[in-house]
Parts: sequence; C-alpha cells; structure tokens
Amino acid sequence: MTQPQPDDVPVVRFDGVGLRYGRANEVLRDLNFELAAGSFHFLTGASGAGKTSLLRMIHLALKPTRGLISLFGRDIAAIRRRDLPIMRRQIGVVLQEKRLLEHLNAFDNVALPLRLAGRKIGDYTGDVVELLAWVGLGERMDAYPQALSGGEQQRLAIARAVVNRPEILLADEPTGDVDHEMALRILRLFVELNRLGTTVLIASHDEALVNTSGRAILHLEGGRLEQIPARLA
Amino acid sequence: MSDTRAPRPPRRKAAPLLPREDARDGALVFVVATLCFLACLAAVFTIGADRAARGWRTELTGSATVVVRPKADETADAAAARAAEVLAGVRGVDEADALEREKADALLRPWLGDDDVLKDLPVPRLVSVDLDPKAPASAADMDQALKAARIDATVDDHSLWLKDILGAAALTRAAALGVAALIAAAAAAVIVFATRAGLAARADVVDVLHVAGAEDGFIADLFVARFARMTAMAGIIGAGGAGLVAAAMRLLGGGAGLTPALPLAWSDLLILPACPLIAAAIAALAARATAMALLKDMT
Repeated sequence: MTQPQPDDVPVVRFDGVGLRYGRANEVLRDLNFELAAGSFHFLTGASGAGKTSLLRMIHLALKPTRGLISLFGRDIAAIRRRDLPIMRRQIGVVLQEKRLLEHLNAFDNVALPLRLAGRKIGDYTGDVVELLAWVGLGERMDAYPQALSGGEQQRLAIARAVVNRPEILLADEPTGDVDHEMALRILRLFVELNRLGTTVLIASHDEALVNTSGRAILHLEGGRLEQIPARLA
Repeated sequence: MSDTRAPRPPRRKAAPLLPREDARDGALVFVVATLCFLACLAAVFTIGADRAARGWRTELTGSATVVVRPKADETADAAAARAAEVLAGVRGVDEADALEREKADALLRPWLGDDDVLKDLPVPRLVSVDLDPKAPASAADMDQALKAARIDATVDDHSLWLKDILGAAALTRAAALGVAALIAAAAAAVIVFATRAGLAARADVVDVLHVAGAEDGFIADLFVARFARMTAMAGIIGAGGAGLVAAAMRLLGGGAGLTPALPLAWSDLLILPACPLIAAAIAALAARATAMALLKDMT
C-alpha cells in the first residue's frame, strides 16, 4: 500500500515534463502543475493536444521523455516494477477505448479491481450491484460488453474505475458516448467521489459539462499547459 | 412488522479471468497427449527391459559351465565325473553334474547333424555347476580346485556374457532416460510456444489486468493454471492410451508379456498415473517462466 500522504503533498506533480514520440517534435513540453489531494480538474484541449498522453503518464502507462513526475509524493522514475500494481490500484482509469473484458459480464467487469485487491466475492457483491444500479445498469449486470450499447459500455467502464474508491480518478472523455442527462448523472458520481476524498481529473471535449461544473481547468494548447482556476463560489 | 432490509443479491461465482475456450487448445491437448503416450510407453518398456536384464543376470550368475579335457589315461566320462565331484566340494557350489555324452552330442547335433561324425570327434565333456546364489563360488576358486585335482578343464562363469548383458541393460536405461528427457523438453517447448501465443492473443486482457493493478505473478498464474490443467488432462489421455497398449501386450503375451525379451507385469502399469502429474508440473514451470519473462516487457 502507498503510505498515507500529508495533505500538503500533491497527489500528482509535474516538473518540466516533456514528451515526444520517436524523433518527432515534443507533443507536450514544459508541463508544470500539481493536483492537490481532493482536487477536481477538467483537462481540455483540441483533439491531438496531448490530453490522453498526459493521462497515460499519470497512470504509469507512458514515461515522459524529460522532467519529473511525482505520484503520491514518489518520483515515478524510481518506482520499482513490483510496486507498480500497488500504485495502480490507487488510480481509477476510464479510457476512451473502454478496455472492457469481452468474456466477463458487466458484474464481473466492474468487480475486477476488487478481485485484484484480494476481496472475496461475497464481500463485494452488494457494492458492485449498487454501483451498477447507480450508473443505470442494474438490469444489465449479467450482460456481456458486446451486447451493450456504446453509452452502456462507457458507464460500465466508469463503474469499474470507481468501484474501489481510488485515490485519484483519471477519465478520458467519460461522457463522449452518453446523452446530456446521463453525462450530468456521471458528473454527479464523480463529484460525489471527489467529496469522499478522491482527486479527479477528467479530459473532456464537452464544453457544456465543463462550464456547468465550474471546476478548475488544465487547458492544453500547442503542447503547453494553461491553468484556469475554478469558478465555484 | 414488515422486513425493511434490502433483498440480498443473488449468490454469484467469480468468473475465470481468462477466456475459457481457445481454438488452439484442442491441438495442444493432442500434441501433449501424444508426447505423454510415448513417454508412458517408453517407461513401461524400460521397466520390462530392466526386468529381462535382471532375469538374465540371475540365470548367468547362478551357474557356470566347466569344459573337461580327459587325460590320456582316463576316459572322458571318468574325467567329467571326477571334475563334478571336485567342484561339488568347492564352497559356494550347490550342485555339479557331469553332462552325459548323449546330452553333449545333442547340443552339437543341430550344427553337425551326423551321428557318425560326432562319434569320431573328441567332444569335450561338460560339467554343469549350480552356484549358491547368496555366496557363489568364483571362477578362480573352481579353477584352483580343478588344478589341485590335476584335472585339465576350463571354467566358464559366463562373465563375458554377463558384462554384455549388464552393458545392454545400462544402455537401455540410459536410452529410456534420454527419451524421457527429450519428451519432457519437447512438452516444455510446446507449452512455451503455447504460453507465448496465449499471451500475445490475450494482450488486451493482460493490459486491462495490469491497468487495474494485477501483479505479474498473478497474471502468470492464470496461464499456469490454464496450461497445468490442460496438460494434466492430456496426460490422462496419453497415459490411458499407453495403459491400453501395455495391457494388450501383457494379455497377448501371457505371463511373459508380448515376448520373453520384454516381460511385462500388471504392476508396471502403476507408473502411468504419475504421467499427468509430471506433465502438469512441467507445463506449470514452463508457463510460469515464459509468462514472467514476457510480462516484464509489457507495461
């Protein structure tokens, strides 16, 4: 387990981070920002601005070309491979491509992080059923991903990302395949999770959703990051 | 009073994290079952060959043959009788019998065929000696006793044959071990290829498991369990097939097995149940090592 961090230690910290693919120009450069524990940010920017790459660096799927990234106060370059699973269990991830396991039904897909954390099915069945009902899949928990619509798959992926109450939630266009009403419902889920202490970072194109939330924004443009403070009272 | 508790969700069973079926599974089971079949037959044949070698050794070490050449002043029968008497008194000899002329002729008849020729030939007389199996007399002991009695004779304790028999038995055992090692290596190689293919085909599943916080050892164990189970099943099929063949050979050949050169016993079949266990253990080791090595290169 990661050690409990003091409140003043940011959950994520980028110091002069740059990223390039192969020999091409840097797609992200000189990124400097922090995500304080319990904060809520949107990550915005045009397609190809590097939002997904930034999220992948935070969830340890991509290494920066230069600079320093700290996660829960630890330099990710110094994290040993055997410690990665423990770190990843603190991170909930919703990817654009959803990455659902086709041979598992909705219930087992959502329960996956809990199984990997060593919990027994008898202990988590109630939590999973309740969460599936919350995302509107209460009647579809025995359905397999290929039988679900794009929006249902999206909600399933979200449920899987939040089921173990991660320290930080990273979501890449989580409302891309759902209608506005469901988008607001999902946003309320994220807000509720944030209220319980989870740090949230959501990459989104949905301007209406971003504006409605009034949350702080990290905006990527030309490979650089601009921070826009929250407009909440 | 009404019950306000929420209804209990139905009891569920955790689903396997790897897909159950794979198109390659049938081919893999066939290949491993064939290897197990060959390994089991090799093992049973080795036991039979070893038993045959031990039988031959017992027969050869339990007896000796003495060739007696009569002196000018005595008949061949008298020389043979005297030699038998001397040999019977040597420590480690149970019994010594002079072979009668008729029996010696009978031994030569298949080659010479003609009684008249045999009558004219100075056929040496043989003394058949049965040795004490616990403390057999050596050829040197018997030779010394014969010389002391002034009998011109040559003692053949079959040591020349025994050496060949022991050499053949050792060679058979070594060959069987080599075959077993080769089959085990082939099975391990098949499992290594299957594990590589399985990991490549399930890279999406592995990636999701990694992102969700699965440890490499946990993911590797999914493949270990899968291949161990599959090879154990293949081992049962292969061992069963080999058992049927061995049983048929035992039944067809009566008490001596299919041939006296390869005597089989029903108890030899008791080695077969070990095959699925050994196959599963080899598969588990090969799958674990391969999966762990490949997972290190995956994010």
